[in-house]
Amino acid sequence: MLSNHLKQLEAEAIHIFREVIAESGKPVILYSIGKDSSVLLHLAMKAFHPSKPPIPLLHIDTTWKFREMIAFRDATAKRLGLTLDVHINQDGIARGIGPFTHGSAVHTDVMKTQGLRQALDAVGYDCAIGGARRDEEKSRAKERVFSMRAAGHRWDPKQQRPELWSLYNGRHGPGEGMRVFPLSNWTELDVWQYIVAESIPIVPLYFAKPRPIVERDGMLLMVDDDRLPLQPGERPAMRRVRFRTLGCYPLTGAVESDADTLEAIVVELLASKMSERQGRAIDRDSAGSMEKKKQEGYF
Amino acid sequence: MSSSSSQSRDKGLLRFMTCGSVDDGKSTLIGRLLYDLGQVFDDQLAALETDSRKHGTTGDDIDLALLVDGLQAEREQGITIDVAYRYFTTGKRKFIVADTPGHEQYTRNMATGASVSDLAVILVDARKGVITQTRRHSAIAHLLGVRHIVVAINKMDLAGFEQARFDAIRANYEAFAKELGIAGITCIPVAARAGDNIARRGSSMPWYTGPTLIEHLETVDTTGGAGGAGFAMPVQWVNRPHLDFRGFSGTIASGVAKPGEPVVVLPSGRMTRLKAIETYDGAREAAVAGDAVTLLLEDEVDASRGDVIASAANRPEVTDQFAAHLIWLGDEPMLPGRPYLLKCATQSVSASITTLKHKVNVDTLEEVAGRQLALNEIAVCNLATAKPIVFAPYAENRQLGAFILIDKITSQTVGAGMIRFGLRRASNVHRQAIDIDQATRAGQKGQKPFCLWFTGLSGSGKSTIANALDRRLLEMGHHAFILDGDNVRHGLNKDLGFTDADRVENIRRVAEVAKLMTEAGLI
Ligand SMILES: Nc1nc2c(ncn2[C@@H]2O[C@H](COP(=O)(O)OP(=O)(O)O)[C@@H](O)[C@H]2O)c(=O)[nH]1
Repeated sequence: MLSNHLKQLEAEAIHIFREVIAESGKPVILYSIGKDSSVLLHLAMKAFHPSKPPIPLLHIDTTWKFREMIAFRDATAKRLGLTLDVHINQDGIARGIGPFTHGSAVHTDVMKTQGLRQALDAVGYDCAIGGARRDEEKSRAKERVFSMRAAGHRWDPKQQRPELWSLYNGRHGPGEGMRVFPLSNWTELDVWQYIVAESIPIVPLYFAKPRPIVERDGMLLMVDDDRLPLQPGERPAMRRVRFRTLGCYPLTGAVESDADTLEAIVVELLASKMSERQGRAIDRDSAGSMEKKKQEGYF
Repeated sequence: MSSSSSQSRDKGLLRFMTCGSVDDGKSTLIGRLLYDLGQVFDDQLAALETDSRKHGTTGDDIDLALLVDGLQAEREQGITIDVAYRYFTTGKRKFIVADTPGHEQYTRNMATGASVSDLAVILVDARKGVITQTRRHSAIAHLLGVRHIVVAINKMDLAGFEQARFDAIRANYEAFAKELGIAGITCIPVAARAGDNIARRGSSMPWYTGPTLIEHLETVDTTGGAGGAGFAMPVQWVNRPHLDFRGFSGTIASGVAKPGEPVVVLPSGRMTRLKAIETYDGAREAAVAGDAVTLLLEDEVDASRGDVIASAANRPEVTDQFAAHLIWLGDEPMLPGRPYLLKCATQSVSASITTLKHKVNVDTLEEVAGRQLALNEIAVCNLATAKPIVFAPYAENRQLGAFILIDKITSQTVGAGMIRFGLRRASNVHRQAIDIDQATRAGQKGQKPFCLWFTGLSGSGKSTIANALDRRLLEMGHHAFILDGDNVRHGLNKDLGFTDADRVENIRRVAEVAKLMTEAGLI
């Protein structure tokens, strides 16, 4: 049984999914493999049941994701019987872009942001459904559920529409599109409580386990493959860690933890003193960096 | 389930908004709520301490307003922020706060926040008392159907924590609220900066024995209201996984759905019974307002997105003309007669404002005469839709009574409205079915009827070209007719001038005549 507030959030998200079908000609779910994406897929299954969601999945693969994420991604698409489209920015690969050679900002921009634009343009998707939440970051607090994008994926403040009641306006011209966020009103705690209540599968990296770790600039990095260049004096050591968010492994910090069950994760979260973004290198690049990334089409 | 997750269960969701004019302490109050309820993480707190030293207004203390004031940069970039949403939870409830900036665009912002709120916290500075903005905020919240009002009388420390001051402001507010017909008011004396009577009581105002703000928010009952309404569900999507399953997916707008009950599909009026309520988690015995479900019907009745499935005994109305409160959100003024796209529940139809009856002064709710509606203005209007719509008065049902207007060219949301009542039942004037249809008439003439619109500046040669074409069509044996703009102004439109509003009406009438002529088989 779901608690009342989760029931309300669930119904709201289902309503949003169904509105997308009416407002968009060619929608796609941006599947990022993390816990929010797991919840997003679960809600999509619920929204269209007994039909399969009439929306394919799209993953922008930067080629630096944790290996366990990729395995989980493929297994999930298969388990749910959903079409999965994986896009890699081949131009970025040809240029040898990577987080160590070019830094996190360039890597994310080329492999993720530009990769996303390429993938959306290639198929002509006019609506990308994402799992972003308003509570993730101060600047997201005012984000719309239906966020309009001008031609070229530009986020133009003038194009953002007032959103009243649950009446969403996704009307758009050719070349324009929207991003839709069904989890807008969910908090991190809601997401975890929902995962527990609904027994939703998530990537094992969220659970504590001894993993090979190096500590760098106060961040605990997992040595997921041999592409991580070790600095003088650095030697991977096994530490019991888990991840609160997932992304490219060289940009995602782990936290020391003993939480190896969903229940333990919720307990840890309730007692937690650090926000989940604290482990993300990409947010710390520059002040207001999220804002900038959004204008460039990262979301 | 573990005890930790069950301790925060079943408190439901309370959506509320905060309003106040600049510097009343709104940001401080929200920051205080987040801080006292332990929703601020250590890394955020560290950032806050740095910021407080840099930009704070509170001396050595941390400035809690900075927790939520992340919007300054956007303001400088000229980005309009209509509403920012915040989240917090206590042992009893989860809260969603719609924080509306008080200054520019206040009507649009407040209306947006109020449309999703069950309760409004209106801030009053204890030194200033009830001011114009207080009236304005209360009036808009009331208009948008927010049924619970909390007046937080803030900065009590600057009023010596005096009960007399609080009592005077409360009496003043209550008198004004009575004029507007606002019931359900709770007044609480607070000091947001120190946190008195927000999440904890403090010792500064021993004379106050009512609830703290949080105690009130945790316990206020927001159910009820539309309780008596019959079951209604706007169809969002037809769910057809295979030939043997035809379900209608949607969110229930009011009442209770139960298998076996007689239902009607509106606007067609076809009757049937509810066969089953399907969800991912299995079939349901009943579903209530707010539930997102898929309904199966006994008979093979036709229904599609925009239709409403409702209790046969207690059904919503169907009309193509209604009276409504309209809030204008567009930069360009609203013009009566111009067609907009209207979205009400899951229905999308072309609609226009037929009459602007009067504007509403948001500070007093008084009636003011007017012919146009500009950004942030509110009016009582009559609207007409191209096709009948299913609705319920907004006061009875927000889901079936609220609508937005969309500009057909820019696709912007330019208006938000609340239906008051239908002006006539569409069924009273349903169209007469005519035996001979358009195709038959066209067949008789041996031509494909269509309308060709010549548009361009005056004197650009529209009439000359039209005349030449008309002659040519005649030679070819076709039956055409010219509706000349100048000629029409001598008869059909002789009451119209050249104001924007009249031009719109001129075009509307000519378009209607052209439509009749194509229906008659003409070119
Ligand atoms: N003395 C006193 N000052 C307050 C109180 N609440 C807020 N303030 C101050 O009033 C000023 C405006 O507050 P702020 O929250 O930014 O107002 P907003 O514009 O309504 O968001 C700030 O300097 C606050 O520190 C209070 O209870 N007592």
